Amino acid sequence: MESAQHTELVKPPAAGPKKTSPLYTRRVKTFMREVWRDRMSYLFLAPFMLCFACFIIIPVFIAALLSVTNFNGIEFPRFVGFSQFIYMLTQDVVFMKYTLPNTLKFAIIVGPGGYLLAFVFAWLIHQLPKSIRDYFTLALYAPAMVGGVALSVVWAATFSGDQVGYLNNLLLRFGMIESPQLWLQDPKYLMIVMIIVTLWTSMGVGFLAMLGGLQTVNTELYEAGRIDGIKNSLQEVYYITIPSMKPQMLFSAVMAIVGTLKAGAISTQLTGVTITPNYAGHLITNHIDDYAFIRYEWGYASALSVVLLLLSYVLWRFCFVLFGSKGEQ
Amino acid sequence: MLNAVRKLRKQISFPRIVLIVFLTAVGVFMLIPIIFLFNHAFKPLNELFAYPPTILVKQPTWRNFEQLLLSSTAGLVPFTRYLFNSAVISAIATGAVILVSTMAGYVLSKHRFHFKTMIMGLILISLMFAPETVAIPRYLVISGLGLKDTYFAHILPFLASPLAVFLMRQFIDQIPASLTEAAKLDGASDMYIFTKIIIPLTAPAVATVSIITFQAVYLDVETSTFFMTKETMKTLAYYATALVVNVPGVAATSLAAAIGLIMFLPNLIMFLLFQRKMIQTMLHSGVK
Repeated sequence: MESAQHTELVKPPAAGPKKTSPLYTRRVKTFMREVWRDRMSYLFLAPFMLCFACFIIIPVFIAALLSVTNFNGIEFPRFVGFSQFIYMLTQDVVFMKYTLPNTLKFAIIVGPGGYLLAFVFAWLIHQLPKSIRDYFTLALYAPAMVGGVALSVVWAATFSGDQVGYLNNLLLRFGMIESPQLWLQDPKYLMIVMIIVTLWTSMGVGFLAMLGGLQTVNTELYEAGRIDGIKNSLQEVYYITIPSMKPQMLFSAVMAIVGTLKAGAISTQLTGVTITPNYAGHLITNHIDDYAFIRYEWGYASALSVVLLLLSYVLWRFCFVLFGSKGEQ
Repeated sequence: MLNAVRKLRKQISFPRIVLIVFLTAVGVFMLIPIIFLFNHAFKPLNELFAYPPTILVKQPTWRNFEQLLLSSTAGLVPFTRYLFNSAVISAIATGAVILVSTMAGYVLSKHRFHFKTMIMGLILISLMFAPETVAIPRYLVISGLGLKDTYFAHILPFLASPLAVFLMRQFIDQIPASLTEAAKLDGASDMYIFTKIIIPLTAPAVATVSIITFQAVYLDVETSTFFMTKETMKTLAYYATALVVNVPGVAATSLAAAIGLIMFLPNLIMFLLFQRKMIQTMLHSGVK
């Protein structure tokens, strides 16, 4: 562009031009010239990239580094190799007995379950006339906007363990239970309550993306499909709708996974304690918080976060295989 | 689409009614807790503890809000300080995220330069990233930069929002390149193209990003918990959590009822204002 007059300002790096081959110098020169030509692009990108580096990339690297040390927040970290990970797999009883099964159970129901629900509801809403869609969208999306505090206020009252609790009151009135149940303190129920409440909040950005995606499906395809012998709407969804909105399905899947993996605060918001009774609602994020902010074993907490980050990366790849547009066609 | 809808309406009307009834039932079920939230906030004390409990308020009162307005932490930091912090931080952070992510989205969509593929790859991967997982390293970074107990620590981490940049880029992608290239041929600078062409055309995406960011910032508790040691630098969300979790008792119940609504209302208003725009943005949200 207009940068031709600037090119002579750019010099190859001083790192011994005599040693390097002319080809190498030339390449560096062109590269630097190109970088200088695109300086506006980099300038526009700079604010984001700086923050991105400071608060996402560097923290992830620090976490990876700390995970092989025994850092406790005060003393200088000492290298301990993979012993944190070995401890996690062989000696951390709570992790193996409660955290992992709980996280898996929670994630398997809330992740794919919430995702499926979001798709079903988005699809159903899409069948409605345009004029009334917005009301239903609002009704389903509203819970996703309720923050932790409002969630505590509402659901703690609902599942309160005494007779004044709304659920107890209702069930007692219909004679379905004989005495008030401690929904939030009883390890039997806590996980179910957590799953229900999380599903209630799960119609978030992913759900809106699906609604958007449904609008992008070319309606001519449906007519063509009918000619080709598609009999019912289930087939229509499977053969036309989902393949046409794969990109939105992938985006939504990503949102569902993040939402599920970071949902550790829910048990604290419901019960008001960090460590739930009998570890009934103990998820991997609670486990990290426990080691990070109660026991101050930051090395081990970092090892746990690394496992969580790796897990989310694996799931991300998996979603790409499932919905990526590169695989097919 | 409308044609198809009309055809459908003629073909099957009974299933449609069933569908509407079913969705209404689901909608009501989803909304009951929210209706409860609104009513709860206006209940006088005797109704808050009434037996049997009711969802709807009988004699609405502003008392809970009055008490909340006058409340304070240990008599030192008044409620209004938290409110002020939250208002300032949410406003600045939302504005800054819009600016930063539009700039980045524009460049990533319309310019060609080195590292672009790599940066897009990083952004895609970090859509998966939950900041909660790296609270400790973030703490180390923030205290290393000397940002503890400053408004910067409240705002800067939110600028690193891969989701905002991703949505912006996807949205700007569908603005025809011929538009920006024509302007470029006419000698327009990048700054001119950005402010005069890109910004006006991305209004729906800006609305969406502002909803998402505002919600995230307004509801964020972690920043105040981990990065702020001074009580005067903490936000409303933190105060609300502290009220709900730490102080059981009669007074807390009434305060919590009021603050629960305050933590929800701004999000709702933002969404009602921009709902259509949000879905419009989501048309382009796909990961390809």
